[in-house]
Amino acid sequence: MDLTADDRAALTGDHGEAARFCMELMVAVGRADDAPRLIDIESAHIDGCLYHGRAGLDFAERLVAGGGEVAVATTLNVSSLDLLHPDLYRGDLETATLARRLMEAYLELGCRSTWTCAPYQLEDRPRFGAQIAWGESNAIVFANSVLGARTNRYGDFMDICCAITGRAPLTGLHTDHGRFGTMMVEIRLPDRLLDLDLTYALVGHIIGRMAGVGVPVIAGLDRRADEDRLKALGAAAASSGSVAMFHAVGVTPEAPTLDTATGGAEIGPSLVLDGAALASARHELSSETGTLGGVSVGTPHMSISELAILAALTAGRRAVVPFFANTGRDTLALADSLGLTRTLEEFGVTVVTDTCTYITPIIGRIEGDLMTNSAKLAYYAPANLGVTVCLASLADCVESAVAGRPVTSESPGW
Amino acid sequence: MVMTRVLVPGSGHGPLLILDEPLSLWGGVDVTTGQIIEKGHPQHGEVVGGRILALPHGRGSSSSSSVLAELLRLGIGPSGIVLGAPDSILVIGALVAGALYGAICPVVVTDAILDPMGIWEIEGDRLQPVAVLEKPAENADTWES
Repeated sequence: MDLTADDRAALTGDHGEAARFCMELMVAVGRADDAPRLIDIESAHIDGCLYHGRAGLDFAERLVAGGGEVAVATTLNVSSLDLLHPDLYRGDLETATLARRLMEAYLELGCRSTWTCAPYQLEDRPRFGAQIAWGESNAIVFANSVLGARTNRYGDFMDICCAITGRAPLTGLHTDHGRFGTMMVEIRLPDRLLDLDLTYALVGHIIGRMAGVGVPVIAGLDRRADEDRLKALGAAAASSGSVAMFHAVGVTPEAPTLDTATGGAEIGPSLVLDGAALASARHELSSETGTLGGVSVGTPHMSISELAILAALTAGRRAVVPFFANTGRDTLALADSLGLTRTLEEFGVTVVTDTCTYITPIIGRIEGDLMTNSAKLAYYAPANLGVTVCLASLADCVESAVAGRPVTSESPGW
Repeated sequence: MVMTRVLVPGSGHGPLLILDEPLSLWGGVDVTTGQIIEKGHPQHGEVVGGRILALPHGRGSSSSSSVLAELLRLGIGPSGIVLGAPDSILVIGALVAGALYGAICPVVVTDAILDPMGIWEIEGDRLQPVAVLEKPAENADTWES
């Protein structure tokens, strides 16, 4: 790999021990990926701040001890704790203490206390074409597909290595060639389903299953596929698969036409998605038992427009089961200023920030299914939380919470 | 013997565990036991510890690097990983476990079809069976990348 004088200086420790360690790891990863050289990045998003055990903490504290400091603007993903609502945490004290230490280590490295898995909903998000290094699978696919920023799938550790060195290996989605579509998905759905938020999560789930490591090109979506819906699609595809980028022809910025999305190449036969495919995906993601224990929405974190929709659906009503809504602290501050939070709380919504209900003990024991509009939560929650899941639209989640039983009037296939 | 492309150098051996589907280590493997817990995964219930883990590619969470490093720290990680396509999330997890704890978990890429029987060894860029088990491993399907 071709390293600059500055890269080599970092490798020999001229920029401090932490930068040396990070550059050493980056060069090893770059070589594994056959990168010809490293490039500058404009910003980073760190997934490594969520506690999974001592290894993550040992690594972060080693960087702090080595004088590490991020070289670019760096945001932080969710952690294990809700610092704004600390009473929500039901886990053990030792894990909480270690999780807190991990969060503090990343703050010491100079990262911003954003604590959100949806950094693309923050005010200053990457511009089109920006080279960035993001962790968190849903954020990666959104940055590439919807913003047109350029990041590979960076795992924990590599994310902060990029942030501290300000560099990343030039491979894959950082290059023009790596971003061209490699497989075709044709959506054949009636208007009724294209108007339904849940549809996009289910489409994402199916595409993730099929795409392997490729870049899917989706035809048949239109402007109804807004940012919130593309977020749900990408998050689902990055859970059931390893999709880091997709194109939606006529919708996403690098796919004004099919030819632009593929670079003019012929790509294989289409996967055709119809209503029956959606119904079967919903069946695959649901383990419903017919009783409702609680509702959790906002995986990934809800945007301000989703909170406004939720407030409109819940205004003047009352949930009879626990109802959780995950969002970022910046989005919550905006919701407070718009008077939305009060409406949600009067309905019985427990707002969760800084973390997410599917990764840390917050929901507690519930009798019956956990209902959600998130394919990502539905994918991970059975193993993570030991719950049964019922996947439904946001409106059905609210209707169910009011009725105290599952209402799935809007599901595909009905 | 199979020639591979080395992503993380090292040597390791163990019974082969072939995954018929990709796996997200985060959310898919219990970090305290090394058991595969992903709902509906064909190898649900298998333990990755001490095995040569063969999978088409990674999937899902970018936290899988943390989970791999933690499994290796606890001594319940795979002895080596054989991928059908490079996955830098698993590469960085193995590298960090090596740097912090001296844990060795070579990661290699090959498109060869592996015979699921027996103990396999990764040594440099070579992947080879070193002993044949009397009984086939539980997942006796072959996997093709």
